[in-house]
Amino acid sequence: MEGVNGKRVGHLFENISSFVRQCIFSILNVGPVPSHIAFIMDGNRRYSKKQNLLDGDRHRAGFSALINMLKYCYELGVKYITVYAFSIDNFKRRPEEVASLMTLMQEKIDELTKEESIINRLGIRIYFQGNLKLLSDRVKSAAEKAMVKTSGNSRAVLSICVAYTSTDEIAHAVQESCEEMWDDIRKREANNAEGNFIGLEENGKDENEYRIGVTDVDRHMYMSVCPDPDIIIRTSGATRLSNFLLWQSAHCLLYSPTALWPEIGLRHLIWVILDFQRNYLYLKEKKKQS
Amino acid sequence: MDLGNEVQKILSWTSVCGNLALHLIWLIVHLIINVWYSALGIAHVVENTLISSGLLKSYNAINISKVRYLAVVIDSEEARQTSKVLELLRWLASIGVLKKSQTAIIEGLNKSQKATASKIKSQEAIVEGSNHGTLVEHVDLEFVSFADSKPAVAKAANLLFAKHYASTILEKPNFTESDISEALQAVGYGGPEPDLLLVYGPVRCHLGFPAWRIRYTEIVHMGPLKSMKFGSLIKAIHKFTKVHQNYG
Repeated sequence: MEGVNGKRVGHLFENISSFVRQCIFSILNVGPVPSHIAFIMDGNRRYSKKQNLLDGDRHRAGFSALINMLKYCYELGVKYITVYAFSIDNFKRRPEEVASLMTLMQEKIDELTKEESIINRLGIRIYFQGNLKLLSDRVKSAAEKAMVKTSGNSRAVLSICVAYTSTDEIAHAVQESCEEMWDDIRKREANNAEGNFIGLEENGKDENEYRIGVTDVDRHMYMSVCPDPDIIIRTSGATRLSNFLLWQSAHCLLYSPTALWPEIGLRHLIWVILDFQRNYLYLKEKKKQS
Repeated sequence: MDLGNEVQKILSWTSVCGNLALHLIWLIVHLIINVWYSALGIAHVVENTLISSGLLKSYNAINISKVRYLAVVIDSEEARQTSKVLELLRWLASIGVLKKSQTAIIEGLNKSQKATASKIKSQEAIVEGSNHGTLVEHVDLEFVSFADSKPAVAKAANLLFAKHYASTILEKPNFTESDISEALQAVGYGGPEPDLLLVYGPVRCHLGFPAWRIRYTEIVHMGPLKSMKFGSLIKAIHKFTKVHQNYG
């Protein structure tokens, strides 16, 4: 009986919270709302020490914070959310910690893609961005399955950066750009060799187009599926980007609340949205100039 | 029919009133935030005065040697205030950041400002606190612009293409981050990674500073250039010297 009453109170509280949130978001939606927010989920280990948590509980707290942020962003109308889940630099940690993180990642990916999960309820498409070849086969396979399973979702996009660094992303994009250029040139040479001489103008390309440009590199970035982020939030007060979205963040508002990642809440999101709205015209102007 | 029209009118009127109410609340919220930031600004002025006057003893001794490479990004509109830019460089020199072994990387200046700033290199840098008393030291100034960021990577890509794909390739090359670094160096866009990047502008945003060089750089927002304070500079550098990075 107490359990049933407890559940009812819990549901009532959740409904009231949801209603209050909707009211707040209605007010925020009067002004411009960012289309893409990225999160650096820093501070899980410090939170764990602070709360004397075991490893499993620490990551559960972090995962719960992620789901909450996803829910709030979705309700607010933010279409693209990106999270920095695992950096290539994190492979330098103790092997036991890395193995434990890989196992946790696989569990959470499987959880996220269940039919009844928030991802499918809200119609969120998942992308895993990074050098996935560095992941264990099981995690890589789970990630690929998740991307296929959610490919039909279109209401929002969640990009999970794993085995990712910006410099690796840039190197990969440069490689892909060179490969594409090489293929273009070979096709042209093959056509010419077959006697189907295609003049430069007919081919639609002139000599200058056989040069790799910024847009070519841009197109081959892992993150090319999303627009550039409007806001990057890094918890735990650190003011560096730690090799995250360096290419895409030229005109992006950077926010570093002192709260640790599991402590991040609605108030932090509201604050940064208001800051974004205060500076929207400036950021828009800077984007236009670049 | 009339009832239906009346209901429609009431609903429409309610919707308009509702929208107006939301707009009004939104404006009031932003007004409160502006008041909050103004109050915060006053508190910062007081703090900066205390720091500059040396009354806050914790800021009197800073381990400057931790800042090997300092970068300054100035919003292009704000950078038109040449006198402010030069004053900033003099402050940096006076703190002791601009020494022989250190480099200041500055983004946002136009040609004539770069020329004027370069004069500080040979004439006006005075380093205090050195063991040898007050010396005139040479300072290393590097000027960067947006061209050093994405366009530089495109140039590096073309160099790598010419080097690895120009002739018939037997094996597909696999570019590493070192290859990109070397290529950037070769096309003239290499350079050190700053430890600390100070942003002078209305928003905390790195404004396109070369992406390859700010992997682990602490990015600190200093506010608009026109209201820059010496105390803020000291505080930012002091805070940086307390930072610990795990690098993974």
